[in-house]
Parts: sequence; structure tokens; C-alpha cells
Amino acid sequence: MDVYLPIANLAVNGLVIVALGALTGLLSGVFGVGGGFLTTPLLIFYGIPPTVAAASAASQVTGASVSGVFAHSRRGGVDYQMGGVLVLGGVIGTGIGALLFRLLSALGQIDTVISVLYVVLLGSIGSFMARDAVREIRAHARGLTLAASKRRHHPLVASLPLRWRFYRSGLYISPLAPLLLGVVTGIATMLMGIGGGFMLVPAMLYILGMSAGVVVGTSLFQIMFVTMATTMMHALTTRAVDMVLAVLLLLGSVTGAQVGARLALSVRPERLRLALAAIVLVVAFRMALGLTYRPDAVYTVTAL
Amino acid sequence: MKRLFALLCLVFLGAARDPILVPEVSQHKVEVRQGFTGTELLLFGAILDPQGTRAGRDYDIVVVLKGPTQSITVREKQKHAGIWINAASAQFRSAPSFYAVASSRPLNQIVDARTSAIYELGLPFIQLSPIGTIDPDRQVRFAAGLAGVMSEGSLYQEDPHGVTVSEQVLYQARIALPSSVQTGSYTAETFAISKGRVVASAVARVEVQKQGFERFVADFARHQAFLYGLVAVALSIAMGWIAGRLFAYV
Repeated sequence: MDVYLPIANLAVNGLVIVALGALTGLLSGVFGVGGGFLTTPLLIFYGIPPTVAAASAASQVTGASVSGVFAHSRRGGVDYQMGGVLVLGGVIGTGIGALLFRLLSALGQIDTVISVLYVVLLGSIGSFMARDAVREIRAHARGLTLAASKRRHHPLVASLPLRWRFYRSGLYISPLAPLLLGVVTGIATMLMGIGGGFMLVPAMLYILGMSAGVVVGTSLFQIMFVTMATTMMHALTTRAVDMVLAVLLLLGSVTGAQVGARLALSVRPERLRLALAAIVLVVAFRMALGLTYRPDAVYTVTAL
Repeated sequence: MKRLFALLCLVFLGAARDPILVPEVSQHKVEVRQGFTGTELLLFGAILDPQGTRAGRDYDIVVVLKGPTQSITVREKQKHAGIWINAASAQFRSAPSFYAVASSRPLNQIVDARTSAIYELGLPFIQLSPIGTIDPDRQVRFAAGLAGVMSEGSLYQEDPHGVTVSEQVLYQARIALPSSVQTGSYTAETFAISKGRVVASAVARVEVQKQGFERFVADFARHQAFLYGLVAVALSIAMGWIAGRLFAYV
């Protein structure tokens, strides 16, 4: 089924794009990550211009997270207060990201920076998650439950001034910590065309120490708003949001997200985290190969 | 009328040996609509001698279809500290967004490099107008890089046997436009070449335009960016929400 994309200026197979959306939607439902870290590279691999891919993936992530947020909020799995602080930081981060994007594009280094960011971020977070999940699975096999010490937040967080009570997260910490976290993911969203969920979820668990029940829902809540801001930012600056592409991706991803949310309930969480870690590491590895092997396209062309 | 005038001029000036080309294109307007996956243009025409009879001689025919030009940056990756990064770049003011050349024989057998450069016949001879000073070796390298990238997407094509001439009078060439062509004004130039000399040339035009929904979306995104962004966001929320509702009862 051929579909012409009016902004990307080329014809694609609509079914492939819908399937791609479904795959990333599934991830988003299961893990509470937006799936953008997969969508954007795959779209580029398929031949969509990078800017259009990043811009349209952002609106796809919005759609996938909306249905995820609904699913989780029905179960009381969203901390709106914490989410609000994260969103504020995220929107600030998007603005900073847009400036960086322009600067790096002018220098011609945006591709390299994006790839290096992918390798470093995905590689470190992926191995961290994998180590942790393996440890839990081992403990589980021995019939032990790990001490609840991981609920403690990072000592740096405790040293920040000003403290709020986040009831649903079960925390009494400075709002500056989630605000900064929001800024970092906002920058990543704009630069890498990702929702930032794969960074948010572990950071919420291990740095903020939020209770596991609200982590996925709250991360989706933040992702939803930050990707909305990103879509607007792209529509206004790069003009690269392709609505037809976004709708195709959405068709797949919103259904995928719903299926994923159900799947997540029936699988043990540490197994889920191990699976996510594996996917994240594979993407990081692929990106690292792309940087070190002689690329297929030594030359690239951009319009002035 | 113009053609008739030119014909009369030729007759009276006595340039009786040089032929006249009457070019035609199968489609003067290419409409980019939903489901557009590219199209094939048939460029054809007749080679006549000034009296209006068939030329009766073997000419080499070269057909060049060129899209609107654009200013571009070509970047070259080099390996530094173990990773491939964009290390060098060159800017060109007039790179065609589409360039296809078809000929009845390989170009290097028909014309020499000088003639090729004058008439922009062949990928190495496209006038790119570099911005700033650039040494010739470097320009050749980047031009070749550009041609490589564009050929990959079928946006630059070279077909050394793409033109067929029948009965010394009718020629035709097929050129495929991929779906990723830019919209704008395209020119189809035909050259008749004899003994390495261009003896006649003629131009036909093709307009590539977005139509219907595709045009609407492209204009909307360009002229009302804020509203377009809002619609995109609203659309994604609505779709996510509807899916959430539907699945809530499943």
C-alpha cells in the first residue's frame, strides 16, 4: 500500500510504517518508554529524511503515551504533582534543545552528536538496567527478596534545598531534582527525537527513588507533554512534522500501546526490565557500529 | 509561430545542413497526489532537415531532464579518533534537484570533455557554482560525492543507451521520476550531435506540482505553522484517547 508523504516528499509503504508504529507502541505500553529511540533510527533507515523522522516520531510518541497515561491513571499509577514538575523541566529542556539543534546543524555535527549521545546514553543506561535486573532475577531464583534499600533515593538528591511531599511517589524530596531530570530529558527529546522514557524510568527508580507503582504512569505523563511541546517546536522551526507519516505511525502505536499495557501486567517486572535493557543495548551497539565502521554514505547533502 | 519563424530564418540564412529538432514530452504536468510513487516520462520528437523532410542522416541524440536547482552543502565524513564524523564540506549554489541524461551512445563516444562541459552533458559536467573558492581537485571530489548520493536515490541518472532513434527521424527516451522528486519547473533539453558538434538543440518544459490533499498539507505546514502544529498535537492526542477508550471495553 503506497502512501505519499507530503512533507517528507516521498512515497512509502504504509503498512510498514503502521507495523513500525505498532512495534514501538508495544514497547511504550510495556515499559513506559515512548519508543522514540527505536522509531527515529528505523525511519531514517527506511529512507525518511532525519529531521522529518525526528519531528514526526515526536507526535507519534505523544499518541502512544496518551493511551498509556489513560491506562495507568485508571489504576492510580500517575503522580500528577511529580509529573507537573517534570513537565516544567521538560519544556525548558526542549527550548535549550532547539537552540543546541540549530547550533550543531550549522556546524554540520548534528548527526555525529546524535549518534554519540545514543551510544553513551543507551549503552550506560542499558548495562545498568541489565545488571540490576539480572541481580533481581538471581535473588528471586534463590527465593530471596532483595532488601528494600533501593527505595532510598540518591544521596545527592537529599542534599538539594527545599523539600516537597510527593504523596503518590512516597517521597519527601526537593522538587529541583525532578526539575533537572525534566530538563535533561527535554534536551534529549529535541535532539534525538525520543521521548526520553528510557532515561526517565531508571532515573525515577534509582535516583529519585519513586515507588515502582507510579514510575511508568508518571514517566508517560511527562513524555506526553514534552513531546507535545517538541511537535510544536518542530512545526514552528524546522517545519518537518509530516502529518501523514504521524497518522500512520499513530495507527500502529496507539493499538500497540494498549496491547503492551495489558502484557505488562502478566509478566514479572524484573524480566520486563531485562528485556528493555537488551533492546536498548542492541540499539546502542548498532549505533556504535555505525560510528566506527566506514559508513555507506561518506557524503551527505543538505539544502542550505 | 516562433518555431515557424526560426524555421524560416534558418532557411533564408542558408544554414540548410543543420537539422531542426521538434521535441515533445508525454506529460507537461506531473501531479503529485496521494499514492504518487513516481512516474515515467517519455521524451520524444523528430529530427527534420530545414525543408521539413526527414533528416536522412545519423545524428546522436542526447536528452537531459533537469529539475529546479537548489543551494546545498555537501559534507564528507572522515575517520577521526576511531569514529566517522563530518570533517569537510563544500557549498554549491546551483545543484539540480534532479538530473537525468540519456543518450543514443555512451557520452564519451559522442562528445569531448569541452563540449560536455559547455552543454552540461553527463554527471561530471553539471554546473554546480561552488560558493567561495575551492580548488579543482576538491570540487571534483565533492561533485562526485554529490552525484553518488543523488544517484543512490535515482535523483541523478545516466543512461548511455537510453535514446532510441528510428528511421533517422524519430527519437525517444524514457526517464523515470522517483517519488522523491522536488516540485517545480523541469526542463527537457534535446541535443542533436554530429561529429562531436552540437548542431541543434530544443527545450520542452515539464511542471511537477503537488495537487489536492498533498498540496493542502504542504501549504498548511508552511504558511500556518502554529495551527499546523496544534492540529498535529490534537490529532495525536485524539487518536491515543480513542484507542484508550476502545480498548477499555475489550
